[in-house]
Amino acid sequence: MLYIKCPHCGLRSQNEFSYGGDATIKRPELNKEISDQDWDNFVYLRKSPRGKHLELWQHISGCRQWIKVERDTLTHEIFRTFKANEGI
Amino acid sequence: MTENFRLNKGGLINRNKKISFKFNGKKYFGYEGDTLASALIANGVHLIGRSFKYHRPRGFFGAGVDEPYAIVQMNRNHEVDPNVRATEQELFEGLEAKSVNCWPNVDFDIGAINNFLNKFFPAGFYYKTFMWPKSFWYKVYEPIIRKAAGFGAASIKHDKERYEHKYEYCDLLIAGSGPSGLASAYAAAQNGAKVILAEDKSRFGGSLLTSDVTIGNQTGKEWAEKIISELKSMPNVIVKNRSQVFGYYDHNMLVMSERVSDHLPKTDKYIPKQRLWYIRAKEVVISSGSIERPLVFGNNDTPGVMLSSAAKEYLKIYGVLVGKKPIVFTNNDSGYETAIEFKKNGIDPIVLDTRQDTNSEITKEAKELKINIKFSYVVVTAKGYKKVSSADIAKISEDKKNLTSIENIKCDCICVSGFWTPTIHLASQSGNKTKFNQEIDAFVPSQSKQKETTLGSANGVFTLEETLKTSFEKGSELSKKITNKDNTVTIPTVTEKKSSNHDKFWCVPLPEGKDYKRFLDFQNDVAVSDIHLALREGYRSIEHVKRYTTLGMATDQGKTSNLNGLQLVSDVENKLVPQVGHTTFRPPYTPVSIGAIVGREVGKHSKPTRKSPMHYWHEKNNAVFVDAGVWLRPRYYKQGNENLFEASKREAKNVRKNVGVCDVTTLGKIDIKGPDSAEFLNRVYTNAWLKLPVGKARYGVMLREDGIVMDDGTTTRISENHYHMTTTTAQAANVLSHLEYYLQLVWPELNVNVVSSTEQWAGAAIAGPRSRDVLQKLFPDLDVSNQGLPFMGYMEGNLFGVNAKIFRISFSGELAYEVNVESDNGNFMWEKIMEIGKEFNIQPYGTEALSTLRIEMGHVAGSELDGRTIPYDNSLEGLVSKKKDFIGKRSLSKKAYIESDRQKVVGVVPLDKKTSIPEGSYIVKDAKAKLPNPKLGHVSASCWSVEYDNPFSLAIIKDGKNMIGQKLFALSPLKNKTIPVEIVSSHYVDPKGERVRS
Repeated sequence: MLYIKCPHCGLRSQNEFSYGGDATIKRPELNKEISDQDWDNFVYLRKSPRGKHLELWQHISGCRQWIKVERDTLTHEIFRTFKANEGI
Repeated sequence: MTENFRLNKGGLINRNKKISFKFNGKKYFGYEGDTLASALIANGVHLIGRSFKYHRPRGFFGAGVDEPYAIVQMNRNHEVDPNVRATEQELFEGLEAKSVNCWPNVDFDIGAINNFLNKFFPAGFYYKTFMWPKSFWYKVYEPIIRKAAGFGAASIKHDKERYEHKYEYCDLLIAGSGPSGLASAYAAAQNGAKVILAEDKSRFGGSLLTSDVTIGNQTGKEWAEKIISELKSMPNVIVKNRSQVFGYYDHNMLVMSERVSDHLPKTDKYIPKQRLWYIRAKEVVISSGSIERPLVFGNNDTPGVMLSSAAKEYLKIYGVLVGKKPIVFTNNDSGYETAIEFKKNGIDPIVLDTRQDTNSEITKEAKELKINIKFSYVVVTAKGYKKVSSADIAKISEDKKNLTSIENIKCDCICVSGFWTPTIHLASQSGNKTKFNQEIDAFVPSQSKQKETTLGSANGVFTLEETLKTSFEKGSELSKKITNKDNTVTIPTVTEKKSSNHDKFWCVPLPEGKDYKRFLDFQNDVAVSDIHLALREGYRSIEHVKRYTTLGMATDQGKTSNLNGLQLVSDVENKLVPQVGHTTFRPPYTPVSIGAIVGREVGKHSKPTRKSPMHYWHEKNNAVFVDAGVWLRPRYYKQGNENLFEASKREAKNVRKNVGVCDVTTLGKIDIKGPDSAEFLNRVYTNAWLKLPVGKARYGVMLREDGIVMDDGTTTRISENHYHMTTTTAQAANVLSHLEYYLQLVWPELNVNVVSSTEQWAGAAIAGPRSRDVLQKLFPDLDVSNQGLPFMGYMEGNLFGVNAKIFRISFSGELAYEVNVESDNGNFMWEKIMEIGKEFNIQPYGTEALSTLRIEMGHVAGSELDGRTIPYDNSLEGLVSKKKDFIGKRSLSKKAYIESDRQKVVGVVPLDKKTSIPEGSYIVKDAKAKLPNPKLGHVSASCWSVEYDNPFSLAIIKDGKNMIGQKLFALSPLKNKTIPVEIVSSHYVDPKGERVRS
């Protein structure tokens, strides 16, 4: 079970979190023209990298904040965690 | 039966407490402190089971977790426990166990015919033998194999024992209480670290209990006892016996199974049978020791052939002789310890040493004791069927290829020692890249991946002096990093015998013209010939060889077989062992019961049960409950002998005719506040929200980004910047996360806060033509007329001293209101409604009537919003704004979503107006079409329309828009029904929606 450092609450076990996928995906802006291709990429297309991955987790059984976690998908090593409004 | 093999003195058992037990129905005696294995051996019982594949007789091979054979079925306290190692099961009064994998009994086992048919059971025989006829697999082969294979049978009864889970955090977790575990635990504890020391056996001390050493001025055993009692007295140390750390998971999470009560006849009240510990450790010390390696020779699986270390343990700990005419067959000094122990107890062993004459300290001692030692000698084969009766032995040439002077000598046990294999399972599970140590012919941990350190013989260190030194030092070093304390511990002096090198020999060649089975994996019946076959057939990767031959699999996890298997593959392939590599060790290291894994989360505790504040009123009024997510909701209120159908029909009719009340507390509720709330809702919902006035509710539909409907519900503007959102019961948690996602990550600039308020409000839906009369009497001061409180209106009121929120919304399609009060006042509100409603013939209604009401109105719910439908499919396209953007809007222009024959919700009525259509039925054009019959769609919800008194269903079908009036068929292959139906509008009752506005 992973040990994730919530930037708001500290180190907590994985079972307090839910996974939210790739954190680098940016939702297209509202009311802006977007091609079918670009929209489909946003909705469906995700990379499945082997190695470092910046991903979203929500601390659902804690502070309920969405956080960003930089994790190695192969070794499960967690390098850094960020608040939602922080970048790398 | 007398204990013929028990010594008169010695051992750590309590000879003052005699214990009776039963094995295979026969009564025996043993002593407190025995294991089932030691007590059986004391009674001369060596035949304990049958092997997995060939059903060959099986005895004891080890004395602890290393035991591959002696797996029994326990019968304890009216519960059965399969897969128990006799070597680990402590004896208690009245213990009952029986053999597994034999029929009709262990002495005469019909399956043993496999042994004589073994030509037909080579490696991979499953894949080769049972391939045709194909239809035979399911009905003939599989059931027979199932019956013949496996170790024991699980109970089909509910397990009444109690199992618990425990979470623990520590600085150092130390797995194993041998010398390295004790020393590192002691040093770390002196530095104030929080330490957990886990020992799998009942006794602490590991090898110190049986080895002939001194530490300081004490024997190894005395020193171990002293350290343990000191550790137990320290507040920062948890010391646990009967506890196996069996799995090393990510981020230093380890799982340990504690056998709390298995050694007792009965589990005490409030005490679990077993406890599973989830331990998050800052540092882990693996001091799991090593397991003696077998030597491989002909029929080396015969009962009576066992590890020499096990024989020594039975002698020294249990005072039990594994035989009275022992052969000790060794390639190193360890075998001599066992031989000397036999000699000291008046038994004359013969030692066969594969080495040429050696003069190490211990061989000298053996020679002085006049033990018969034959150097350059090997056991060629064991003889005897159910027990060793003799052995063919031979002189082996220097190159270990030729056998000469083969002779047969009598013996009743053969104790084998092929040197030691470090137990690296935990290190390997943690991701440690192990390396091969040529000196000891075994893998040892190398580069740590997680915070783990392996010490002592688990690390390939076989001298006590070095083990203690490095373990004290490591214990200090690891704890110092955490506690910043540095209380140095003096390392005691050690006396032990210096040992000489082991012989790099492990497998006795076959004599000319013989093809004895030489076993590598004793649990899975894998012989040398099986590996040869696998390699001949082209299997190269060790992982493939493992799976094809089953070497190193199952509960044994290769404890005794792994390295000999690798040696063989590397010999045949002419590679070095490290090039072959080793297979992955997988948790659990030893079997863990399903009960322990599940813990307390069984039956109704498997998930929380949520009840509304009115639950006990429902109970008192004969409600029959149904699970709605984690909630319990009244399904119907039973009157007299009514069944579900009759009761729900009565309740629904009463809503249409008079007035009903339904507990809607379970609906998800989300409180939304902030100046940008309107803008936020406008982006979340498909319809327009900016102009919703204060005091008004609106129905809304929200989508996922892929255009699929996520949820629906009403949201009410309580005040300028305050909204009350409702969600469906099932989606409440997901909707909240969804809203939080957009507020925190996508549009952080919006000043809005959301919080779940589901539990804060108790809700009652009052529905039916007389509902206004009830409401008026509940709130006599309010103007609840159609003008005062119009459809979709909202007002606050005072319900006999209790604050209430009143929403004029309707799910039933009737004139209806939902009244919310704070949860604590829920029951008060409910009782008031029932009391006041009495004169209007109010009746409570449950979820079944609620469904009936919404289905015949054509209101979509969870069965239509099933994660596969877009607004159009649910006839909700009118709620999709063309003017503004919102979550998922862009997806709605997808080609598949705008096709003219897109699926749509419709109503379905059986032509006979009698036959109910099962939910899930297919709608097809031609009932007799060739299979697969092209399906138009499926029936999503069915009810008995109380308005028209005939069955009515909703279905989502292709081109639903143009299907109204068509005569089709509903097919339910599951229920074997074909029902001619007519497609009608989904709005079966009050299609113009006049009642809700009346």
